[in-house]
Amino acid sequence: MADLRSNFIGIKSPNPFWLASAPPTDKEVNVRRAFQAGWGGVVWKTLGSEGPPVVNVNGPRYGVVYGADRRVLGINNIELITDRPLEVNLREIKSVKRDYPDRALVISLMVPCDEESWKAILKQVEDTGADGVELNFGCPHGMAERGMGSAVGQVPEYIEMVTRWVKQHSRMPCIVKLTPNITDVRKPAEAAKRGGADAVSLINTVNSITSVDLDLFSPQPTIDGKGSHGGYCGPAVKPIALNMVAEIARNPATHGLPISGIGGITTWRDAAEFMALGAGNVQVCTAAMTYGFKVVQEIISGLRDYLDDKDIAMSELIGRAVPNVTDWQYLNLNYTTKAVINQDACIKCGRCYATCEDTSHQAIEMGPGRVFSVKEEECVACNLCLDVCPVENCISMRELAIGEVDARTGRAVKPYGNWTTHPNNPMSQTAE
Amino acid sequence: MTNSQLTPGVVPGRLPAESYAANFSDVAPPLDRHEARVAADRCYFCHDAPCVTACPTSIDIPLFIRQISTGTPDAAAKTIFHQNILGGICARVCPTENLCEGSCVRMEAEGKPVEIGALQRYATDHLMAQDGHPFRRGTATGKRVAVVGAGPAGLSAAHRLAAKGHEVTLFDARPKAGGLNEYGIASYKAVDGFAAREVDWLMGIGGITLASGKALGRDITLGSLTADFDAVFLGLGLQGVSALGTDGENRAHVAHAVDFIRELRQSGDLSTLPVGRDVVVIGGGMTAVDAAVQAKLLGAQNVTIVYRRGQNRMSASQHEQDHATHSGVRIICNAAPLKVHGNGTVREVEFMLTREGPSGLEDTGERFRLPADQLLRAIGQKLDGVPTGLAMSGGKIAIHGSGRTSISGIWAGGDCAAGGDDLTVTAVAEGRDAAEDIHAQLMEAAHG
Repeated sequence: MADLRSNFIGIKSPNPFWLASAPPTDKEVNVRRAFQAGWGGVVWKTLGSEGPPVVNVNGPRYGVVYGADRRVLGINNIELITDRPLEVNLREIKSVKRDYPDRALVISLMVPCDEESWKAILKQVEDTGADGVELNFGCPHGMAERGMGSAVGQVPEYIEMVTRWVKQHSRMPCIVKLTPNITDVRKPAEAAKRGGADAVSLINTVNSITSVDLDLFSPQPTIDGKGSHGGYCGPAVKPIALNMVAEIARNPATHGLPISGIGGITTWRDAAEFMALGAGNVQVCTAAMTYGFKVVQEIISGLRDYLDDKDIAMSELIGRAVPNVTDWQYLNLNYTTKAVINQDACIKCGRCYATCEDTSHQAIEMGPGRVFSVKEEECVACNLCLDVCPVENCISMRELAIGEVDARTGRAVKPYGNWTTHPNNPMSQTAE
Repeated sequence: MTNSQLTPGVVPGRLPAESYAANFSDVAPPLDRHEARVAADRCYFCHDAPCVTACPTSIDIPLFIRQISTGTPDAAAKTIFHQNILGGICARVCPTENLCEGSCVRMEAEGKPVEIGALQRYATDHLMAQDGHPFRRGTATGKRVAVVGAGPAGLSAAHRLAAKGHEVTLFDARPKAGGLNEYGIASYKAVDGFAAREVDWLMGIGGITLASGKALGRDITLGSLTADFDAVFLGLGLQGVSALGTDGENRAHVAHAVDFIRELRQSGDLSTLPVGRDVVVIGGGMTAVDAAVQAKLLGAQNVTIVYRRGQNRMSASQHEQDHATHSGVRIICNAAPLKVHGNGTVREVEFMLTREGPSGLEDTGERFRLPADQLLRAIGQKLDGVPTGLAMSGGKIAIHGSGRTSISGIWAGGDCAAGGDDLTVTAVAEGRDAAEDIHAQLMEAAHG
């Protein structure tokens, strides 16, 4: 059976599944329940400086985007960092760590952008016995207005400066949590690395308005008739997160920098995808907020089964897909596929026909008896038909062999050739 | 006098008083908002959807389900009513397993269709629970149309004609409008006076005058109608009932199932309705099932449906048959009645076992008897009292095009017209289409 034990920048945990710094990790009672359910680690909800704690709104904190059957696809929140006194949190962290020495316990931090503030809190965290710190440079609401959170994360120079302070004043492993609310995520990652970060974690939440109340004409969640943007997370942000993880993983300047993957991880499959793109471990929040802590059990069994089926170790999964992430210009433009509809599996809903006819290339024919078939002479292999088909594996893409004639172009399929050498490219490096 | 299920003969009050309300409650309780949302989620919004093709009134089912799923059930109801103004009763009585739901692609996928009928009921109930009527009449045309028969075909025709701005007089032989919806279907399919409420709601469009208690051939004639009106639509239904042609059929407590159902539907107190201990129903259609199940629900101890052909030939849908057997009704197939035994009153019915032969049903020579103190005939209705002059086809009024009869200015639709399948929803479609044709012809004449 596959070994899921994880050693992430020296922090050991029985599995690579941590709860992200968020509402589920704000209190001892929650964290204990998480560990009992089987989570390998927890990033404690962000602590702030000593003094009067932050205050939260007393109205709704969350907005939700639903899929079919009210399945939660995304949650937006306007909650701030912990609103409990620092000493209470520190005491509880110490107590939990004492009882769960085998689990990873990392403390998320966000204090004002001056060296003394960071120095002070690092000392207090070290005293709890926690395994490491995560610098919250990502929170996009509330704290950013006060010059913290994503206000730091959006300025690479600040990231580098604060990271350097942290590494200077603490021996603890340091993870820098990045905001996606930026144009090029490689820049803050590079800054974190320059500052001496042991790892980056990403993504934090995405600036968002989830919905508008059409009676009140106010964004939701609505607080006394007004709403402000919140941070969006959950399955809906996973594609954004995967791309950012991959960008950092394949960037020569940050290649090899450990990554803790975050963003909509709900099932073992999501976790495996993040790991394949270079995440050494993953952090989860929305899935737990939607279904409770027990979801980790499926994530554990699923990844284990997958690794066993593939007969690979977890370390072999991590980063395995990174070499296959490339730029568009290197994609094989001669690679040709055609959609094929399995008539035995087809339930004759006609969605492939509607979408191809209305919005694509008119490459599906509707015959008598609602028999849908692909017109290869029109099919550009966009695969939208496959995407909208309600039956998994009913439509597949058939790969044309080299030399086979593409009915659409009338030309034989050629071996690998990309845009850099394509005759239509004015910058083409090879002359015809 | 207290009767029980065991009391011999045809007697009332076989059940405790409180059982009647429970037994005759809604057979398919409505979906609540949550259930409707969940059910609507299952629709794939198919292209050129097979369910629409399968619906005799061509309701845009994917669209109305999408409207439910986006929280606009009233828009969904208008989508339904635009095609089928009796979408409320059709949601309750349509054999959906043979129509929309039977063709749902989810049948192919999982063998479990989208609950189209229940969703249609959800939407139509939602809109009908509000004040007012969803459609407005067009400009008055000054044309007058007579609609004879206030059943599904006639109501549908009358509504569409009124919507077009014509003045409609709706004649019916019975005291109440609604036809089979009011008098001919099992009461648990349309509880709380739904049929009557639906008629009232439909009439809310205005421009329809109901003339009840007026029978064609008795109180009105085709001649007077054609003289007094610009067009006539006949939605007469099938008033005649078929006899068994069996020895002893005239004994007491041998009755027509349609009469049994009608009395039950119009009864103010079901505990006063007499029902046999051993009830035998002859037939294989919806009427047989409706009569048999209701006899059971009234407290009959043994109820048996006997059908002369094989089960696959029964016109009652599988869903209806299952409903009967789940209600405790026994179904015997391949048995035809030979003789009704008894001494003044029916006591036993003798049957022969049959089989399908090359030239039709054959007698296997085997015989059996069923005890019966009540025998109900449900072997089909036929058209009676058609005015002379109308061309007929297969015992029904011959029509061509959208319900045009052999006489210019007279249209027909529903069960009385040839070619239909004796379904409420088909009658609605025929009434609607005839109304459109009448409108087109009247307007052409007006502008011509």
